[in-house]
Amino acid sequence: MSMLEIEKLNVWFGHGRDRVDAVKDASFTVARGESFGLVGESGSGKSTILRAISGLAPLWSGRMVVDGLALGKVRPKTFYKTVQMVFQDPYASLHPRHSVDQVLGETLQLHGFKDIDARVVKLLDDVGLGQKFRFRYPHQLSGGQRQRVAIARALAPQPALLLLDEPTSALDVSVQAEILNLLVDLRREHALTYVMVSHDLSVVGHMCERLAVMKGGEIVEVMGVDTLRRMEAKHPYSQSLLAASV
Amino acid sequence: METLLDVEDLWVKFPSRQGVFDAVRGVSFTLGRERLGIVGESGSGKSMTGRAILRLIRSPGIVEATQISLGGDDLMKKTEKEMRAVRGKRISMVMQDPKFSLNPVMTIGAQIIEAYRQHNKVSHADAYAKALEMLEAVSIRDAERVMRAYPHEMSGGMGQRIMIAMMLIPNPEILIADEPTSALDVSVQRQVLDIMDKLVKDRGMGLIFISHDLNLVADFCDRVLIMYAGRIVEICKADKLNEAKHPYTRGLLNSLPRLDAPRDHLEVLKRDPAWSEAPSVSGRV
Amino acid sequence: MAEQSLRQWLLTDTPTSRRHAKLSALYHGWLSFRGNTMAMIGLCILLALVAVALFAPLLAPHDPFVQDLGNRLAPLGTDSHVLGTDSLGRDILSRLIYGSRITLYIVALVALIAPVAGLLVGTVSGYAGGWVDVVLMRITDIFLAFPRLVLALAFVAAMGAGIENAVLAISLTAWPPYARIARAETLTIRAADYISAIQLQGAGAMRIITRHIWPLCISSLIVRVTLDMAGIILAAAGLGFLGLGAQPPSPEWGAMISEGRRFILDHWWVATMPGLAIFTVSLAFNLLGDGLRDVLDPKGGE
Repeated sequence: MSMLEIEKLNVWFGHGRDRVDAVKDASFTVARGESFGLVGESGSGKSTILRAISGLAPLWSGRMVVDGLALGKVRPKTFYKTVQMVFQDPYASLHPRHSVDQVLGETLQLHGFKDIDARVVKLLDDVGLGQKFRFRYPHQLSGGQRQRVAIARALAPQPALLLLDEPTSALDVSVQAEILNLLVDLRREHALTYVMVSHDLSVVGHMCERLAVMKGGEIVEVMGVDTLRRMEAKHPYSQSLLAASV
Repeated sequence: METLLDVEDLWVKFPSRQGVFDAVRGVSFTLGRERLGIVGESGSGKSMTGRAILRLIRSPGIVEATQISLGGDDLMKKTEKEMRAVRGKRISMVMQDPKFSLNPVMTIGAQIIEAYRQHNKVSHADAYAKALEMLEAVSIRDAERVMRAYPHEMSGGMGQRIMIAMMLIPNPEILIADEPTSALDVSVQRQVLDIMDKLVKDRGMGLIFISHDLNLVADFCDRVLIMYAGRIVEICKADKLNEAKHPYTRGLLNSLPRLDAPRDHLEVLKRDPAWSEAPSVSGRV
Repeated sequence: MAEQSLRQWLLTDTPTSRRHAKLSALYHGWLSFRGNTMAMIGLCILLALVAVALFAPLLAPHDPFVQDLGNRLAPLGTDSHVLGTDSLGRDILSRLIYGSRITLYIVALVALIAPVAGLLVGTVSGYAGGWVDVVLMRITDIFLAFPRLVLALAFVAAMGAGIENAVLAISLTAWPPYARIARAETLTIRAADYISAIQLQGAGAMRIITRHIWPLCISSLIVRVTLDMAGIILAAAGLGFLGLGAQPPSPEWGAMISEGRRFILDHWWVATMPGLAIFTVSLAFNLLGDGLRDVLDPKGGE
């Protein structure tokens, strides 16, 4: 059974004359345990698809099925035990006045866990931070460490599907390598399914098995990563993206 | 090769409660009529170096140098008033995000014309014609419409081209570009770089290109300085960057994912404290 | 040595417990506040005021209510009346010392009521949006549209004169600006990724507003409140002056000026001394507010 099915998804912002169609008739499926990439330039609608899945973009039509459950306008609370998201900018995705302990503790509490202390310790170990970071505030952490905290927060409810919105584009290349390695390991250990958005073809090529190329809100091509590596993209736009990134 | 700029033993210091923090530590290099790349990670001091040349470090930061010689004039000896004549006129700077560099409530045309008339005593009509010419030089089609537009109506690539056009109006000897294409999509990035390249070549300017992107710099520049913890750790010809020797440069290159060489895990940079202790390599020719 | 290690313990960047992390953050704030001389002066004046109010019976040389008509309008430096006496022969210094209690009482009550009401209205309005926002903000506009003193006067006239009613009247006119500030802050905070992140954990609106938005709004409100304190003291004094606040013989500073006004040409100190007291306390609040703005402003952080 597939983990995620998207069929004829349309997402828009605003009403009437101000309406902007961000995603048009997008369809793809992601198998359980697979890592799927969404590639495109800014404004192509790739992040909007993630926000629609997670419920942060309320205006949409079409069909979205996560883990066999068709999504409606309102997400049940159990939905967030299945789907979690990591945001692009680690400097903006952590509350500036909450310590790492508060961030993880509150998340665990919201999901109804009882053994919070033990779980916070475990989560920090999982993302390679260790206990000395537990009571630090975001301004005492580097960009890479913050992104690790954000990943720990996403892992807290033990989700099956992780939505990654350009998780490394705000980081230096050496830190990017550390975070990407962490994501590869976590996926293996926790049998996670990834949907990863990136503008960087080589990052998606490294992380994903299949990818969709987006342009102007539409998916122009879905291909396997081998096709990408052999430079055999069919659509002229995918070819131009490939040419520009090598 | 003729030397346009000679920087010798440049330091940027920030005194704080915990002691003095050195952002740039004894950097020396020269710039001829070439494209000089400065690469490094965030916090390596690459942007500080660019700003320090123009003495644009905000208080409490302090700039110290044996000399920053611009065609024989030592910029370190100039007063703040004399520096204002250097900035823009002889050395221009292009920043990362054009949105913050353009005035949001003035049309683009008005801003270019104002910038042009600040440096040249000409009539409004002449300045208008010149502004159109500048926009066309940076490959902006439909320049008359762009002149009437406001900055928020422009895409990132357009905005950056307009910034470059404005910076080139006074015909500076040196252009400092601080991550000029980092906010742009790859396809637009290429166009902006091509325009910059053409202008620099045609006018015989010196270009200092500051970036975190190794591949981009290797592709675009002639010579590359690699900075780490405020020092230059290595200098190499841009086309020889793949043969770089310093473990830091090698580590950066190896940590990039590559489409043609799939790996299970990426190589992680192991930082050696000795790198930041070693004296800065001189980039003077 | 022990002090040195306590300092190191507070300045560590690897706290070992929740309490340690909180104390460390507080200590960092205190250090940057202490670096601001003017703010420290403001804080010292206010601490002195609190001390004076607490120990008024010990400090005051005379009973503030005892009249001595034979010794009325005594000038400064008269025997045992350092600041002179008023029209009924009461010691001005003692009245000022007891009056500090009333001033602090008014300030504390207004500081509790107005910003809290404003914070509640503003954050709910900003976070909920839609018709809730429209309704709440129009109500705010209505209150803003009234001239402050006129609204307060009308309220006091309807409810009767007295300190409590004066406090309520001032609070009633003071909350709308706080609601505006809180709403504007909420609008920017609402769009932040960390709010999206907590929504993705299934958190409800109440939790997001109280736990995630309030902590970020409060700092700018505290700053605004301390800057407004001067205005609040003056408004209370103004109501007292008009005879609608504290009632005689209560030694409220505004009421004292009101009484002294009749003699201002021949016996200037009677009105000037309470005026100086109001001026000093207002200035102290302003200095404190400036310093707090530097410490609390999240944008000015490290």
